Amino acid sequence: MQNFRNNWWKIAGILLLVWVIAGGLLFDVPQLPVLHETIRNIYYHVGMWFGMIFILFAGLVFSIRYLLWNDPADDVKAYAAVLVGLLFGALGLLTGMIWAKFTWGSFWVNDPKLNGAVVGVLTYLAYVVLRGSVDDRDKKARLAAVYNVFAFVLFFIFIMIIPRLASASIHPGLDGNPALSTGDLAPEMRKVFFPAIAGWFIMAYWLFTVLYRTMRINLKIEEITENS
Amino acid sequence: MKAIVELNALLRKELLLEWRRQSALGGVILYLFSMVFLAYLAFDGRINTETWNALFWLILLFSAMNAIMKAFIQENERRHIYYYTMVSPTTFINAKIIYNAVLLVCLALLGFAVFSSFMGNPVQSLSLFLINLLLGMVGFASVLCLVSAIASRARNNFTLMAVLGFPLILPLLLVLIRVSGQTIYGTSFSAVTPGFVTILLLTAIAITLSNVLFPYIWKD
Repeated sequence: MQNFRNNWWKIAGILLLVWVIAGGLLFDVPQLPVLHETIRNIYYHVGMWFGMIFILFAGLVFSIRYLLWNDPADDVKAYAAVLVGLLFGALGLLTGMIWAKFTWGSFWVNDPKLNGAVVGVLTYLAYVVLRGSVDDRDKKARLAAVYNVFAFVLFFIFIMIIPRLASASIHPGLDGNPALSTGDLAPEMRKVFFPAIAGWFIMAYWLFTVLYRTMRINLKIEEITENS
Repeated sequence: MKAIVELNALLRKELLLEWRRQSALGGVILYLFSMVFLAYLAFDGRINTETWNALFWLILLFSAMNAIMKAFIQENERRHIYYYTMVSPTTFINAKIIYNAVLLVCLALLGFAVFSSFMGNPVQSLSLFLINLLLGMVGFASVLCLVSAIASRARNNFTLMAVLGFPLILPLLLVLIRVSGQTIYGTSFSAVTPGFVTILLLTAIAITLSNVLFPYIWKD
């Protein structure tokens, strides 16, 4: 019973994603020109992208907490959050590229929104490289936290401003292309889309907790072997 | 008031250090010159306006990275402890940003002179082009100083500087290249104002963040 009380949200997450995968592929969707069946990608691509932003934001919060209170656990949490964010970012790029192939005709187009995504992934890969090149644990944590805050703010300003400044974008949600603003999403798609967001958020958080615990155990093992 | 005195002293110190170590600055200028000459040979005179623009900014970017890299790395680790007892960290990073901004502006003007003498000068709105250049270099300095401070604390500095710096500088670079492209074909001040505002905004945010974050990393 105790077990269930602590883990019910994982079961809920699995059920939600089963619903999203089955429903997302089977239910009827509005037949629109150009999009056709590819519109189903909104459940996966957009959901994963939201999950990435959610977990990266959590990483930012952990980095700020580390700078304020110097608790090593916050640093490990920030790192775990960034790794999960990178995974979701990669999956978001992949699903987006497959969608682009069938809608725009090629895997990649030169579009501000897409370039912003790549810059984001590069930024967080740089964060991982930075952690790899410092040995001292305390120093590593401090440098990584500072870089994380700096990068997150600049990156989010970038993806807010640049697409609006740019001449044109063909990505949904910009330049009058319909996306998620109120009323754009057909009612029959909402019953899959909203569970999809919740499901991907839960999946991101679950992955994060698993990764965090693994890292903590590894650190413990390292400490023990160093001391013995 | 104390901050201004400190800032003044730090800027004089930067100038003095630069003067004592002329080879470092000479290296950066030589790097810039070699890149321009390399581009000149590689393109063999066949270059259109867009390529001119992109190439010019790429050369400036790499030179700026090189110049700012030495902002923190050339200083001895232990000297930072000395600075730490003397001045506040925000004054220290602001002095670095101001000094490097001035250095980069000079470097960019020199770069423009050399580049246009080899590759020709297609720029029509010269004054706007120069304002863009000036704003861009101040922006580069404010974003890259903190990155240089982070990189100097870690192993394999140069690779790390490039890896950490490129994604952060890219937004700024894209705006700069676009505004620069507009000025090359001739434009009015009102047409490039949104671009200038964006550059100033990014610069202001980078400076604010540097002031907030630098105190956490400068004592080791």
